[in-house]
Formats: sequence, structure tokens, C-alpha cells
Amino acid sequence: MLNTLKNRFEQGYKTTDYPKTDIQLVDRYRGRPEITQDAPDDIVKMCASECPQDAIDAEKKTIDLGRCVFCGGCERLSDGKFVTFTTDFGTGTSIREHLFTDGNLPALADHSKKHFKKLFGRSLQLRQVSAAGCNACEADLNVLATPFFDLGRFGINFVASPRHADGIVVTGPISRNMKTALLQTFEAIPDPKVVIAVGSCAISGGPFRGSPEITEGLDSLIPVDLYIPGCPSHPLTNLHALLNYFK
Amino acid sequence: MDTGFLKISNGCAIPRSDIPQLSFAEFRENALNIVKGGGKVVHYFGYKENGTVKLLAVLRTDELLIAGTDAPDSYPSFTNECEPFHLFEREIAEQFGIRPEGHPWLKMVRYHPNETGKPDVFDNDYSEDIPGRYDYYQVDGDEVHEVAVGPVHAGVIEPGHFRFNCIGERVFHLEIQLGYQHRGIENLLTNVDSKRLPIIVESIAGDTTVANATGMAQAVEALTQVETDTGSRIIRTIALELERIANHTGDLGALSGDVAFLPPANYFGRMRGDFLNMTLLLCGNRLGKGVVRPGGVRFTIDDEIRNELMRRINELEPQMKHVIDLLFSTPSVRSRFEGCGTVSKGDAEKLGLVGPAGRACGIQSDIRREFPTEYYQKFEIPEYYEPSGDVYARARVRADETMLSIKMIKTLLENRIETQAVDFGNFNLSPGSFVVTVNEAWRGELSHCILTGDNGEIARYKIKDPSFHNWNGLSMSLRDTGISDFPLNNKSFNLSYCGFDL
Ligand code: SF4
Ligand code: SF4
Repeated sequence: MLNTLKNRFEQGYKTTDYPKTDIQLVDRYRGRPEITQDAPDDIVKMCASECPQDAIDAEKKTIDLGRCVFCGGCERLSDGKFVTFTTDFGTGTSIREHLFTDGNLPALADHSKKHFKKLFGRSLQLRQVSAAGCNACEADLNVLATPFFDLGRFGINFVASPRHADGIVVTGPISRNMKTALLQTFEAIPDPKVVIAVGSCAISGGPFRGSPEITEGLDSLIPVDLYIPGCPSHPLTNLHALLNYFK
Repeated sequence: MDTGFLKISNGCAIPRSDIPQLSFAEFRENALNIVKGGGKVVHYFGYKENGTVKLLAVLRTDELLIAGTDAPDSYPSFTNECEPFHLFEREIAEQFGIRPEGHPWLKMVRYHPNETGKPDVFDNDYSEDIPGRYDYYQVDGDEVHEVAVGPVHAGVIEPGHFRFNCIGERVFHLEIQLGYQHRGIENLLTNVDSKRLPIIVESIAGDTTVANATGMAQAVEALTQVETDTGSRIIRTIALELERIANHTGDLGALSGDVAFLPPANYFGRMRGDFLNMTLLLCGNRLGKGVVRPGGVRFTIDDEIRNELMRRINELEPQMKHVIDLLFSTPSVRSRFEGCGTVSKGDAEKLGLVGPAGRACGIQSDIRREFPTEYYQKFEIPEYYEPSGDVYARARVRADETMLSIKMIKTLLENRIETQAVDFGNFNLSPGSFVVTVNEAWRGELSHCILTGDNGEIARYKIKDPSFHNWNGLSMSLRDTGISDFPLNNKSFNLSYCGFDL
């Protein structure tokens, strides 16, 4: 018992005050990119051709955050002259097109559906389906339940059965072998239901785009309400998106 | 004794023409002799060459050995004589339609059609989207019942199907069917621009990002004749050890949670986050995506970051030690861990268990000591194991490794780390070559192989996650165990679905 108590004191109180106070992530973290619109063409073209995800549109000078894996390659290559990544982790959007960004993202809270806020603002129960990603997106959703983030204090929980859920959170590029199970889980959730795509895999196929074994975008199977980009999306990106969309 | 196999080195490329091509009979006999004599199967896989299928085996004794042969359409199964080949033979059957006759349990691995257009060995109809449609092993008798779980599980975890045959609470047998996470990675890697290689490899299994990226980078470096500098080797080693600690710590927390002792569950969970955040500090990604690139590392450790990492790890070391002590000194924890899910050393050897799961059954192999890469030559990794093969042993091994890894990182952070960050880019691989890399990922032996074609293209990319060896260990641990102890045993192994499914 004494040992248990000693450990309790050593560990202290660790839950974050976010969203009441801001959290500053470390410099190397790559959140929302800032894009210099008058960057020299050759640099933009070079970044577009070197981008491992082919996520850069050199003509429009935009990045598709649904495809980008935030590797930071373009930032290094352009030496910050074209792209610089900020530590702004609030990158979730409610519309796929918004992810094709020139560096600005619309405020998520302004684009959420009013009836969702009313229905789920106080209590949101989510069923997670992991569909062939790398399990990092799942890991960074899971940590929302640890003491630091403590998702439960916002009335949001991950539940064991789709029958108890208000919505589905999908990660991974939906392999051929997982498609049926995913669709059955979706159908088992009572209406009205919310669909959230987390990570570049679920949004666009991510690193696995081009493989005949996967689906390039959850929204080609079922309508998606909330897109949370990243590879994986940072737990704070997830938390920010959930709070702004539903609260 | 001449085995016909060629001795090769970890991470050194050889011309494909140097790989001994044996007659199938010779290949079979020698491979079986080596493994029966205590050798381990690192790889045994098929690949296509000029329209025909060839087989290649990489075996491990105290050295790495390789030989190849032409694949017959069918052959007498190795597994009947020598169990460690069992899953490799099934994989070859699935990928290339080559039948190991008399294999004791010839069933699909990941559920996909083979690449050769030969008749499917398992009689599956792949127009159906589901791998679970298969006659599971059945136990008959009064009061025997089955419990089917998955592919979608109750928690936020990966998909897989578990089929328990039980009498009452007692499990006779657990059959595990995976394949739901299959993304076709090995084939994808042969079809993409080299700029995509690191991104795909880092996403084989997110909890093993650094080890996979390292295995790939070592292979590419061997095939481009690039030497990495000391600084980048140190940084890779730090990142590998941070990955190990974060995963072990998370699992210790989960184990504690599963025996309903909540304080350590929460403390370990929080400390896991602290270690992930150290990786975040290093490279901007909690899982280590982006650290390792062919040629070195993409992120350097300057003195400011070095001192900050040191400050954090010094703070965490005593906390970790105390929480581990708390866990293992609590009688209710001990009574649940000890004797639960025991796998004997004999079974572990036949199944080919690797890594901490193997060390917990008395198999003391550790690639960091036996085939050191990166900066591991500089460390004395102790020869150590736990003999009891139960949940306690698996937890104890992980706890001890965590403390060792903390010490290693502290040593590496003592001095300035000088290196230049490398950029991403395209590279041309030496044509007609072969390379294999083995590393001790946190789950155990992780290996990547590349065979290049005449123009330096990747003709075959073979990946073996340690989970490929270890999933059957989990099945074995459940024999004669209460079904309610499944979560505890599952956590004690914590195997990768996506790393297995590829
Ligand atoms: S950060 Fe995104 S846009 Fe930039 S190179 Fe990487 S994947 Fe491409
Ligand atoms: S988006 Fe990235 S981190 Fe998430 S599952 Fe896919 S590969 Fe893994």
C-alpha cells in the first residue's frame, strides 16, 4: 500500500488543461503548412516531383492534406521558400475539398452540422474500425483515453459495440479483406450516424495508394462527415477536431 | 560439413549469381539438416525469374546462410520433419501456388490469389471479400463449444479472427486467422518510385516504424554502396531503443490494466506517451516516421535536443523503476501473471519464437548481440532469458529490457552527436544483387530482403515481421488456459496484425 501511495505522489497530476489553455507542440512537429504563393516555379516544381505522396499541385500551389503524410520533405527541399510546417495541429475539416489547401484551412467549428452538435454535443459514443493501416492512427486515438488527454471528461468515448455507438471512426486504407466487415459495422450503427476518417490512409489510401488490395478513400464507400489528416494524426489533432466539430 | 549454403553477412550485398543454386533434393536435405541442428529460418520464400518460380532460404546459425533452388510444382513438406518451416511453406503456397505435400495444416495465410495463376492450393473463391470463410479446426464432444471473435474487436485495435474451442471456461485450442490488414505491400514495393520506399516501409507497422525503416535503409545502402556515418548510426540506435521502450511500457500498462491493478496501468500509459514525445522531439512524429532515410537520418540531434532528451530520460528512469517494482511486488499481480499461459521451451523452439516472446521461454537469442548493426557493436547486450514461459516471464523480460534500453540511450546521449541530415531522393540500386538485413525490433527478429533485377529495379522485396513467428506462440499459450485469460496473454505477446499481414 505504502509503495502504491509513494508512486502516486511521484506521478502527480498530469491531465492537460487543453482546450482551456493552449498547448505548444515542439518545433519539429509538422502541423498545418504555410505555403508561399510567390515561391519560384522551379522550386515548386521540384517539390511537386519529389513529394513521395504526389500531394503537391504545382500549378495551384496547393497541398492535398488528405494525401500528404507530413514527412516534411518539401519544407526541407524548398528550404522554407515554398512550404513551412507550423505547429498548428488543428487540421481537421468537414469537407474533403478543404484539405486541398493553400495554407489556410476554414475554421472547423463554422462548418459542422448543427444537428450533430445538438444530438452529440454532450455525449458522443464512437465505434472505431481499424481497416488495414499501420496501427499508428489507432494508437494515437487510443491515447486519448490516457490520463493526459482524458477524452471521457468531454463526454466522448470509444465503445465496444456498433449498437451502442453514434458514429464510426475509420482508420486505414480499407483492404479488400476488411471491406465487408467495415460496411457491416457501419450498417449496425443506428441512424443518424457520424462518419469520421482519420489519417491519410482512410482519406486517400495514404502510403498504400496504387495497391490493388486497398480503397483510395473511405468516402468512395460511405459518406464522410469529418476528415482528420495526418500519418498518424496527432492525438491533439484528433481532440481538436472532435471538440470543434461536436461541441 | 559442406552444406551447399553460402555464408553471407548481415546487410552486405552479393551478386545474385553468387547464391548457390542447388538441386531441389540437395536444397531440401541441407536446409532441413541445418534447422534440425539448431539453425533458425530467417526466410524461406519464392520469387519469379524469367517466368519460373524459384525458392530462396536464409537460415541463421551463428552466421547467416543462403541457398536457392528451382521450385517444383509440389514437394514433400519440410514441416513434417521440421516444424519451424510451417508458416513459410504456407506462405509460398499462397503466394505462388506451390503445394507442400503432406503439410500438417495447409491453410491460407493472408487470403489472396496467388501470382502465378496456378490453381489455388486452398480452393478459395477470392471474389468473396472475406478471409474468415473457412472451416475452422473443430473439436467435437458433449459440452464443447466455440467462441468466435473478430475481425472487428471490442477495443481500438487491429482486425483479426480468433476461434476458441472450449469446454466451459477452459480453452482446448485457439485458432487465429489473419489477413484482414493485407495491403499488398511486398508487391507494391516492386512497383513504385524509389521516393515512396521509405514512406511505405515506415507504414508496414506503425509501432515498428524505426526498425522497419532501418532494415530497409541498410538494404538500400548496401545496394548503393553508401556508408553511413557514426552520428547517424547513433541516432538510429537511440530511435530504435525509444521505440522499444515505448512499446514495452505501453504493454506493461495494458497487462497491469488486465489484472485490474490500475495505478501502474495509468502510470505506464502516461510514461509511454513521454517516450513517444521524445521521439516527437527528435523528428516531429511520435512514431518515428521520418527519422531514418537511406544514407543516414533526416533529423540530427544538436546539443539542445540532446540535453533535453537527457533531462527527460533522467527524470523518467527512477519513475520507471519504481512503477516496475510496484507492479512486480504486488502479490495480486504476481498470482495472476505466474503460471498463466505457459509455453514450453520445446514448443517455442518448434514454433520458432523470436524476440522477448522467445526469451521468455528460455531462448536467449538477441539479434543486437548476435548480428549487430548500427551502433550495437559498442554495447554488451547480456545473454539473458526467463525460463518460465508464462505471462510473468514475458512481462519480466519486457521490464528488464526497458531498463536496459534506458541505460543504452543515456550512454549514447553522453557525447556530442555529429552528423549531417540526409535528404530524400531517388536512388539507383546495383543490378542483379541480393541483400538481407536482420535487426532486433522490439518484438524480435525483423528482416528485409531485396533482390534486384538486371536494371537495378526491385524484383522482389521480402519482409518478415517477428510476429510471423510468434502468433502461434499466442495460440499455444492459450492451451488449457481459461478463456478469460486471453486478454492477458494477448497483451503479453502484443503481436502485430499489420506487420504479419503486409
Ligand atoms: S510533407 Fe506532404 S506535401 Fe510535403 S513532401 Fe511530404 S508528403 Fe509531400
Ligand atoms: S495514415 Fe499513416 S499512420 Fe495512419 S494508419 Fe495510415 S500509414 Fe498508419
